[in-house]
Amino acid sequence: MRLIIKYFGMLVETTNNTEEYMQTEVCSVLELVEKITNLYPDLRDKNFKVAVNQQLVNDDYVISSEAEIALLPPFAGG
Amino acid sequence: MTSFNSRYQRQVILPEVGEDGQIKIENSKVLVIGAGGLGCPILQYLVAAGIGTIGIIDFDVVDISNLHRQILYGKSSVGINKAIAARDRLKDLNPEINIIAYPEKLTTKNAISIFTQFDIIVDGTDNFSTRYLVNDACVITKKPLVYGAIFKFEGQVSVFNYKNGPTYRCLFPEPPKAGSVPSCAEIGVLGVLPGIIGSMQANEVLKIILNLGDVLNGKLFTYDCLTTQSSAYGVPQDASQISKVLEAAGDFETTDYDLFCGIKQVRDVMAKDAFQIENAQFIDVREAHEQPKIDNLNPLYIPLSELLEELHTIKKDKQVIVFCQSGIRSRKALEILEENGFDKISHITGGAIALYNHVADKADHKKSY
Repeated sequence: MRLIIKYFGMLVETTNNTEEYMQTEVCSVLELVEKITNLYPDLRDKNFKVAVNQQLVNDDYVISSEAEIALLPPFAGG
Repeated sequence: MTSFNSRYQRQVILPEVGEDGQIKIENSKVLVIGAGGLGCPILQYLVAAGIGTIGIIDFDVVDISNLHRQILYGKSSVGINKAIAARDRLKDLNPEINIIAYPEKLTTKNAISIFTQFDIIVDGTDNFSTRYLVNDACVITKKPLVYGAIFKFEGQVSVFNYKNGPTYRCLFPEPPKAGSVPSCAEIGVLGVLPGIIGSMQANEVLKIILNLGDVLNGKLFTYDCLTTQSSAYGVPQDASQISKVLEAAGDFETTDYDLFCGIKQVRDVMAKDAFQIENAQFIDVREAHEQPKIDNLNPLYIPLSELLEELHTIKKDKQVIVFCQSGIRSRKALEILEENGFDKISHITGGAIALYNHVADKADHKKSY
């Protein structure tokens, strides 16, 4: 299945990408994050939450069909 | 109330606001934390709308580098405390409301007593430790929190702790590693972005007061000012995060949020670990007559009373571990060292007594075999 991965905040600089498509089998959020961090090892030190189709989910959430994934880091600026 | 027909006329004629709505606005008390990039537009719109009581807390002073985005200030504000400068400018914008300036740092000591005087808290701070402090104080005092934050060309807005919705900790339970998320001062920001995000926060405040539309609780709104794309993400509540804060409410005043956010290092070394640390410079800050001496740590002997004059004998690049008799004077020594630019510093919990007991225990232990 095809996922679109959207990167926010400083993750844009880490991945040098604002969004990209990724082919994957049915997987948990944790497995997907591992796959993405293998592509971008610097993501390992980053703190972010994962949203699937505009809903924040936990690591064990299973992605079973085409979806929009967002990686959302915290911002502190004001 | 008498000025409904003039000052607030354009918002009162909205059927969704009306005179009843204006009375709700006048009866509201809103605290804005941080009078910077986000705080300026928040304050300007809320003061203009006629919020009855506005609190402004900020310890910082206006700097010339703030003026490109903190548009409440002018050149004459430079060098003046932001809470005071903001109050003085806003008084001219709307002299009919009550504006309270708190020219101080928000801390665990003053947060609860200040928050309880307001209905809604708006977060315009610029660092994680204050954001977690603000969240926890809102949970403890049961106040809705209107959150906004920016990074480069992106912003986030949400409303936390409102109508049993999620809190900031439900979204981000743990702070990021210290230094891993650059601030506006480090990475830069275009002036308009905090203007947009702060205005959205002010809008959420008015929606809460007027009970209008869909308040952003349970939703994280994101905005990218380069692509002009925005999204809203559902944020589930994590009841365990909220109960953790409530259970620790009794310790709130003594919680060190800088420590929690990793800005400050753990500074307590256990006696049993002290002998394992290599390349550290130990300093015994007791008076010369005090016993027992812990010679095997090879410490420098500098009594606390002479520490300030003897700082030049301590190497700044090495880890510095101070101890006294029981661990009280060594805390004072840490303060002195910190004030004088030493950063790799810690002290031994329980002091020389704990060190001595540890050595004695080990000797006993050996003997028994």
